[in-house]
Amino acid sequence: MDRNYWLLPLLLMLFVGLGYAVLSIPEPVEGLPKMLVDNMELGGVSNPVTAVLLNFRGYDTLLEMGVLLVALLGVWSLGGMPDYHESSPGLVLDIMSRQLVPVLIIVAGYLLWVGADAPGGAFQAGALLGAAGVLLLLCGWRIGNKCSGLVLRILIVLGLGMFVMAGTGLLLIEGEFLQYPPPVASELILIIEAAATLSIGTTLAAMFLGSRPGEADK
Amino acid sequence: MNFPTGAGTDHCKRMKLLPMELILGEVPWIVVLIILPLTGGMACFLFPTISKSLGLLTSLAVISCVWGLGWQLEEDGAQRYAIGGWGAPLGIDLYADGLSLVMVAVAALVGLGISVYSSSYFRRDKANHFWPLWLFLCGALNALFLSSDIFNLYVTLELLGLTAVALVALADGSEALTSAMRYLLINLMGSLFYLLGVAFLYHSFGSLDIAILAQRVEPSPAVWAAVGLISAGLLLKTALFPMHFWLPAAHASAPAPVSALLSALVVKASFYILLRMWLEIFPIVGISFAQLLGLLGSAAVLWGGIQALRQTRLKLLVAYSTVSQLGYLFLAFPLGMSIAWKGALYMLLSHAVAKAAMFMAAGNILAAGGHDRIADLSSITQRLPLTLTAFSLAGISIMGLPPSGGFIAKWLLLEASIQSGQWWWGAILLLGGLLAAAYVFRVVSHVFTQAEATHEAREVPARMEWTALVLALVVIFLGVFASWPLAMMEIGSPFGGGS
Amino acid sequence: MSYVYLYALLGVGLFVLGLNALIVHAHLMRKILAVNVMSTGVFLVLVALSSRNEGILPDPVPHAMVITGIVVSVSATALALILMLKLNRATGKNELPDRSRD
Repeated sequence: MDRNYWLLPLLLMLFVGLGYAVLSIPEPVEGLPKMLVDNMELGGVSNPVTAVLLNFRGYDTLLEMGVLLVALLGVWSLGGMPDYHESSPGLVLDIMSRQLVPVLIIVAGYLLWVGADAPGGAFQAGALLGAAGVLLLLCGWRIGNKCSGLVLRILIVLGLGMFVMAGTGLLLIEGEFLQYPPPVASELILIIEAAATLSIGTTLAAMFLGSRPGEADK
Repeated sequence: MNFPTGAGTDHCKRMKLLPMELILGEVPWIVVLIILPLTGGMACFLFPTISKSLGLLTSLAVISCVWGLGWQLEEDGAQRYAIGGWGAPLGIDLYADGLSLVMVAVAALVGLGISVYSSSYFRRDKANHFWPLWLFLCGALNALFLSSDIFNLYVTLELLGLTAVALVALADGSEALTSAMRYLLINLMGSLFYLLGVAFLYHSFGSLDIAILAQRVEPSPAVWAAVGLISAGLLLKTALFPMHFWLPAAHASAPAPVSALLSALVVKASFYILLRMWLEIFPIVGISFAQLLGLLGSAAVLWGGIQALRQTRLKLLVAYSTVSQLGYLFLAFPLGMSIAWKGALYMLLSHAVAKAAMFMAAGNILAAGGHDRIADLSSITQRLPLTLTAFSLAGISIMGLPPSGGFIAKWLLLEASIQSGQWWWGAILLLGGLLAAAYVFRVVSHVFTQAEATHEAREVPARMEWTALVLALVVIFLGVFASWPLAMMEIGSPFGGGS
Repeated sequence: MSYVYLYALLGVGLFVLGLNALIVHAHLMRKILAVNVMSTGVFLVLVALSSRNEGILPDPVPHAMVITGIVVSVSATALALILMLKLNRATGKNELPDRSRD
């Protein structure tokens, strides 16, 4: 294709230009990190990343839960793969998942708890829960019919919903949207993170499945 | 609750406040505007049986929130709201001035039209998927227009893009799936360019807030790279020529209300971000980049118009008309004066309403006749007088004839081009108007031709026809009562104090 | 030149490589993977440059940005994959028709 004649030099120039720009970024100005350290006690948690994610820039995390939910809405709106043939899991997968899934769940809980002081938090825990869900789905497990309707939807919406409820509640009580009063900040963050973990795990597993549970054949 | 206000208020004057004004003044409408559609979307997802009523209710509520915000801005000037109480640069700020007010007002107005139209358009199973997605798109738009943080803008851009792609894919058929896939890849590419630019800006100046960056920015290779990256990403999403190739297929193959949404609101969102960055952070870039944007805009006007003339299907014609009209917006960059920006913003406003009306009309025609081949439109259009009136009125604005919003916008831009001595942009405006007249008349002329043997035309719900007509009438009102929107744009003087 | 800038350059390189693959390859799976490589490049630039102050802890804001970006990227990839599968079922092919670039 003759497109390659000008594409490669163009990209090379792009690389050189961007590389030069990167190398010429000046030394960091004293600003944000120092401000963060000063406000950390008000933040409620001692892990700076969790404080930024859930407290200082919690609004970003709220919207991001929205992104996750919207992606699931998109996946479900497309309908499933109707002629997907399931094969029974092999021996290795069967045994491995029986060992791994409980461990994954426990480690997820640990990551959620330890996220206040060390690397960890809602997203990491949620990803592990999602992985556990994927393993189960690969083995042919499907959610029961009782839970596949409103209960499942509540689980999925729980993360975003908890954020919005907390924010609005704090707005109504006193202060700004999502302004955690410093005494209860760490508890609030933990509650929101727990809801978010459940949500993220469920959403990831549901996205892997592709079709909506309960929509048998279309 | 207290939030920082712009100009000071004279409390003595307001001692005899009505309770209504107390409510209007105290509620943080800027936050409610974002949270309300998100909550509505969640509710529609949880309870699909009542999603239609919830959706209509939310759209109405959004309009009243915009009213409240507008009242607050009238009283107190531009408004900055610190989420979480932290304030930039530690936290994320929301910012509302005249520019954002106009954007959320357009979104709310067109959004109400879309909601009413869609309540009759979709069948039950599709409607259950449509309403949550649409309400999340509404929330994403509001969050985007009111944000003052460049990374927050990235998240809202992604939210907007994913909902838009999912809505496009609601239409059945491989054509819709193909255009949705292409649209998704383009969205992702654009967002990643934008994010890399954000990375450069943050690491150069240590803040993500637009107001703070505006103070700290200085020319440097990293900033030039950031300008290039951010502009490339946003121009890709705004479908400026030559990066417009994905738009006609995506906008034409989507369901009619979704096409209206995309052409009216979604492409304007990335333009809004570009405008904001341009006005606040990029003035150091200099004149050549602005001239380039003007050049590409002119090419878009001409190319889009010519391609629209060549189309055989109505929805593709309207989609290419969007490509053409978007070009006008970029003519304001080389002109650079306050009156030029207001002209471009008025064009954005009028085009949003007019194009929504046009796509709704096209959807009605498609629903009535089962096809949208332009050559065979006569028998269908003669059964839909309301729809054809709507299309013609919207077409008047697209052409830029008085009395319509499009005419006011072109007038302002012409005035700017004459005042600054760059008369060639004015020539583009006139040429574009001629092309628009040609392709609009192509469609409208069918009402005057003799109808051939009438075949079965399906019933189109009255709601769908009336929504198109009402929106088209709004465009005409925009042409008659122009002073009020123009005054609204001035709040907070987003365009500087120029002429 | 500290090693931090080496990682940042690597990030830029990944970005450009991903862009090349996105434009050149026609198969949708490759395009989706290319987008992921591009996003990894951007995240690498963000995180690498956050460690420029040696001796003090790295700046946590880019880390939070990257976590958010990863979640967004995962969501978008999931939607892209199911779109690709549906497209394959509908048309039988794995490429975007006629315009197979971008």
